[in-house]
Amino acid sequence: MSRDDALHFSVAIDLPQLRVEAEAALPARGVTALFGPSGSGKTTVLRLLAGLETHGRGRIALGESVWQDDANGIRLPTHRRPIGYVFQEASLFAHLTVRDNLAFALKRARTTEHPVGFDDAVAWLAIDHLLDRRPERLSGGERQRVAIARALLAQPRLLLMDEPLSAVDADGRDAILDTLEQLPERLGIPIVYVSHSIEEVSRLADHLVLMSAGRVLASGPLNTVFTRCDLPLAHGAHAGAVLQARVAEHRDTEHLSCLRFDGGQLLVSTVGRPVGAAVRVRITARDVAIALSAPTDSSVVNHLRAVISAISDDPNPGHCLVTLQVGAAVLLARITVHSCHRLALAPGMAVWALVKGVAVR
Amino acid sequence: MTPTPADLDAIWLTLRLAGTVTVLLLLLGTPLAWWLAHSRARWRGVVNALVALPLILPPTVLGFYLLVALGPDGPLGQLTRSIGLGALPFTFAGLVVGSLIYSLPFVVQPIRDAFIAIGPRPLEVAATLGARPLDAFFSVVLPLARPGFLTATVLGFAHTVGEFGVVLMIGGNIPGETRVVAIQIYDHVEALEYAQAHWLAGGLLLFSFAVLLALHTLNDRQARR
Repeated sequence: MSRDDALHFSVAIDLPQLRVEAEAALPARGVTALFGPSGSGKTTVLRLLAGLETHGRGRIALGESVWQDDANGIRLPTHRRPIGYVFQEASLFAHLTVRDNLAFALKRARTTEHPVGFDDAVAWLAIDHLLDRRPERLSGGERQRVAIARALLAQPRLLLMDEPLSAVDADGRDAILDTLEQLPERLGIPIVYVSHSIEEVSRLADHLVLMSAGRVLASGPLNTVFTRCDLPLAHGAHAGAVLQARVAEHRDTEHLSCLRFDGGQLLVSTVGRPVGAAVRVRITARDVAIALSAPTDSSVVNHLRAVISAISDDPNPGHCLVTLQVGAAVLLARITVHSCHRLALAPGMAVWALVKGVAVR
Repeated sequence: MTPTPADLDAIWLTLRLAGTVTVLLLLLGTPLAWWLAHSRARWRGVVNALVALPLILPPTVLGFYLLVALGPDGPLGQLTRSIGLGALPFTFAGLVVGSLIYSLPFVVQPIRDAFIAIGPRPLEVAATLGARPLDAFFSVVLPLARPGFLTATVLGFAHTVGEFGVVLMIGGNIPGETRVVAIQIYDHVEALEYAQAHWLAGGLLLFSFAVLLALHTLNDRQARR
């Protein structure tokens, strides 16, 4: 049975420091990142979706079911919304063991068509060995893994995560990210993920809601929002594109893997994933150079045929931002204005994009 | 030297009074403590001050006003008479009412502070996991506030046991009805029965010490778990 569980919301709240007024429609599947600087209202939007902000107004609907519609006097309290919520800091019940924390959720779970079993959640989050411990005996990463498992056992139809990795050290973060990557496929429900880390967002998100000063600046597929030159993201130090690719082959003697995407292929250091596996590659704008002909005497391995779709100003003095169409994909290149003039670059020109660095996830 | 039947009566009466008052205060004080911990009402400060008043008010002052209020012509006295309870002064029920007020801060304040220390987060978490507010209160807040409830129970009980001034004012000195241990000690001293007085006073001293020791041990153990 297929169901349209797209999330539509239009919410507002006046906080002492900030007025939040946000509206968006999110896809029924996959991860939507609520992205923006601290204080932009990301967490508040998440809390409004969960019904945790009692003064919030507006309309929230998941598929057919309306959770809140203040104009018509509808408002489900938090405990009647089929959500899972992972808080920023450890939020385990201190008086219960890990097992009892999980059981708390399971006992009060809303039934669904695809229930998450106790053993499934424990296995996915690798917390089998922690079940009889109390929360204070867990590391930050372990606590968040338990908190995520507990949220899943509530059998949510919408999973809300508020910077779940901010209190987790780098090692733990990587392990949890690996798990989170697999969640969308396992759960088949929309996930809203609040973050201000471009790393996490480019690794997890399919859809991006960009927030600033309590408002939604843009909402759309991840790479579309990432590469839009009219948004601040494309002009940040870490501006870049995220491409969806597949492992095409491994060249073991050269310690390289070949990745194929909608605009060509990329050679990267050996990827520890099987042939055919989907991977994400992130290419930052400063790692892309432009040449007019295919360079034969360069050490740069990856050359991609591209067409310039736009050239825009960049806040970095002396630089400009070139938007490149590479097949169906879009890349950004940050080059000097000097080079731009020397090569007489203009929209519509066919060029070569020289990719100096590729981060594979 | 053994306790006289009158001494035993006084002990039994005191335990009955302290037990009744403690149970009632836990029942009535918990919602009040909850309100004090969570309300943003402007007159919360006033209520906080009223709750704390018995801490610093001389018991005789409290007892005097209670006597007036509960007396046949007092506002509370008229109320109790109109609902058929009769006049409360110089009865066990009157002692219970007086002690409820006298020991109120000792029960309400530890519970209120425990609620504040827990903060809103565990309740929010419980709600996101599908727990209704009452469910969340009993399954999350109550267990987390256990040290506060333990302190409240012990202090409320012990403080009621040690009460003297209020009892004297509104209870008088009726054997088996209002003559609690503290009054009995006073009577012994008045009659120069120092040995009898020692017996009861020493007992109260030991009792108070044992109760506080047990409380600290229990709370320490809880903290270390």
